[in-house]
Amino acid sequence: MDRENMSVVDGAYAVAHAVNVCKPDVVAAYPITPQTNIVEHISQFIADGEMDDVSINVESEHSAMSLLVGASSVGARAYSATASQGLVLMSEVLFNVSGMRLPIVVTVVNRAMSAPLSIWNDQQDSISQRDTGWIQLYAEDVQEAADMTAQAFKIAENSNVLLPVMVCMDGFILSHVYEPVVLLEDDLIDEFLPGYSPLAVLDPDNPKTFGAFADPGAYTEFRYLQEVAMKNAIPVIEDAADEFKEVFGRYQGGLIDEYMAEDAEIMIIAMGSVVGTIKEVIPELRAKGVSVGIIKIRSFRPFPAEAIRKAVASAKVIVTLDKNISIGLGEGALFTETKSVIYNSSIRTPVIGFMLGHGGRDIPKARIEQIVMEAGEVMKRGITVESRYADLKEELL
Amino acid sequence: MTQLLAPGHRMCAGCGDALATKFALKGAGDRCIVVSPTGCIEVSTTPYPESSWNVPWIHSLFDNAGAVAAGIEWGLKKLGKKEDTTVMVIAGDGATFDIGLQAMSGAFERGHDMVYVCVDNEAYMNTGIQRSGATPYDASTTTSPAGKVSFGNPLPKKNMPAIMADHGSPYVATASIAYAKDAIRKVARAAEIEGPAYIQIHAPCCTGWKFDSSKTVEVGRLAVEAGLWPMYEMIDGRIEKAKKIRDRKPVEEYLRMQGRFKHLFTMEGGEEEIARIQAIADWNAEYYEME
Repeated sequence: MDRENMSVVDGAYAVAHAVNVCKPDVVAAYPITPQTNIVEHISQFIADGEMDDVSINVESEHSAMSLLVGASSVGARAYSATASQGLVLMSEVLFNVSGMRLPIVVTVVNRAMSAPLSIWNDQQDSISQRDTGWIQLYAEDVQEAADMTAQAFKIAENSNVLLPVMVCMDGFILSHVYEPVVLLEDDLIDEFLPGYSPLAVLDPDNPKTFGAFADPGAYTEFRYLQEVAMKNAIPVIEDAADEFKEVFGRYQGGLIDEYMAEDAEIMIIAMGSVVGTIKEVIPELRAKGVSVGIIKIRSFRPFPAEAIRKAVASAKVIVTLDKNISIGLGEGALFTETKSVIYNSSIRTPVIGFMLGHGGRDIPKARIEQIVMEAGEVMKRGITVESRYADLKEELL
Repeated sequence: MTQLLAPGHRMCAGCGDALATKFALKGAGDRCIVVSPTGCIEVSTTPYPESSWNVPWIHSLFDNAGAVAAGIEWGLKKLGKKEDTTVMVIAGDGATFDIGLQAMSGAFERGHDMVYVCVDNEAYMNTGIQRSGATPYDASTTTSPAGKVSFGNPLPKKNMPAIMADHGSPYVATASIAYAKDAIRKVARAAEIEGPAYIQIHAPCCTGWKFDSSKTVEVGRLAVEAGLWPMYEMIDGRIEKAKKIRDRKPVEEYLRMQGRFKHLFTMEGGEEEIARIQAIADWNAEYYEME
């Protein structure tokens, strides 16, 4: 990486800068920790004349997303950022946006859900919105969060896709960390991301009806076409990553990324910032003779079924890490989804799931080592516990 | 000339909303973009793949018309396409008084250039005549029914025009489907004024209020003549031009026409209730200087 072009900035700044470079026509947001720094940076860019005056302060996240519905419907490139309660307050509108096929991009700065109130990181917020029909991308580090922003607009606005995109980055761990990054290059963006050319807009010269209701004779087909669009997004996400590499020289993976996974017997599947910690641990364990690798999930929706099936070929045990839980099922989404995509193929590799890092609980390297060792035991003795918290404090119960 | 709301839609015969919508479109003209939240007008005019709208029209949700309209206005401005386009909301009273109030408040506070038309039929008619914040005192609805120990809706109608005027709206008006020219003129004036304008059009609902569908305009006129529907314009928060009523009619005449008030004429204590409603009309007459 070109060290001369690097800046040490906080994650929120890198993303806000990327948003500015992508030239949105409208930005609408409502403040919520830990997203606030993104909208503050955007506001300052505008106040300093470094960004067009596109941003608008609204009275709730529900209205932020609703305002973007209107803006996107007249052909504006539209952006918001939110977290946790704010994302869930938007939820009603999120379904509406994807159903109306509006290519809005949102940065979700992942934060735990209340109660109990917690401003700290996990991914329960965006995971709870997985069925809203939005593409969900998860960033490993600040550089990826910024670069993914440009890719998100390109994917969303592709005429074979036309679906909204969430770029998910872990709250505080990425949003507030200072890292050396290459700020998204303004002089290269036009080559990668052309202006948005909508297929249809609200226009008095060519009146169209948006948001008609569908009776049982037509509703299913609208929903089906959303699923088709998600499938269409699979190669588009891959292509966006490849094209990004051609123009900017950086690549963080397509639907997934792999690290020391080719021959790994113990295969970790994870997403978000914990991937960085895992990548620290893997070489250390490899040095001790432990055959371990990781599949990083970049695209959670569409879920990369084929890519995962291929990537787990060498594995004797798969271990998923989840910063979320489906209460009542007792497991996290990556665990559930991984099982669902492999067990109807010929793959019979055992899968175990760990939930950890909820509500901002730190994930030290030792925790990852412990998880890998436990997964190693499954190879010898088979599954004893399918899914559990890896960092539960028994003394508090 | 093309009708901006084409015939063939599914609104009831004698529907006050349909008249109000036509008047709103006539006032705003064909250079408008319409936002309709969920409600009678929305479901009756746009069953996919049909649409009655000959202007660009969007339905998003029940509770967000103000914000969607704000986004259209802001988006058009940022794209340099606002020019002569009027952004107009046509919403029911439930979407305005209750569930959409926050989004509307934000839009008015920020001063987006839009015309917000509330078509007020005084209950949730689309879902089957449930009480809203616009339902008048003692009206029987399915969620505020009259019964052995109830005279119907126990709460007075919320004063939405005052609430919107207090947001700093440059133009607030009330109108009625019984006074077509007046309603059309007020929408046209609102469209000309820069900033967020609010117009509440009284739209009797024969289905929900329970009167014969040939009487819609008559019922609407009686509401005005009885002093229960004051018609006025507010410029920068000050009331101007409240309609004068000569020989104000007793509210009883208005109430007696509608099934939703039938219980007031059969139940013990009904007379006192009618007197309370008369007091509302008397207060209106004095406050709006109708006489």
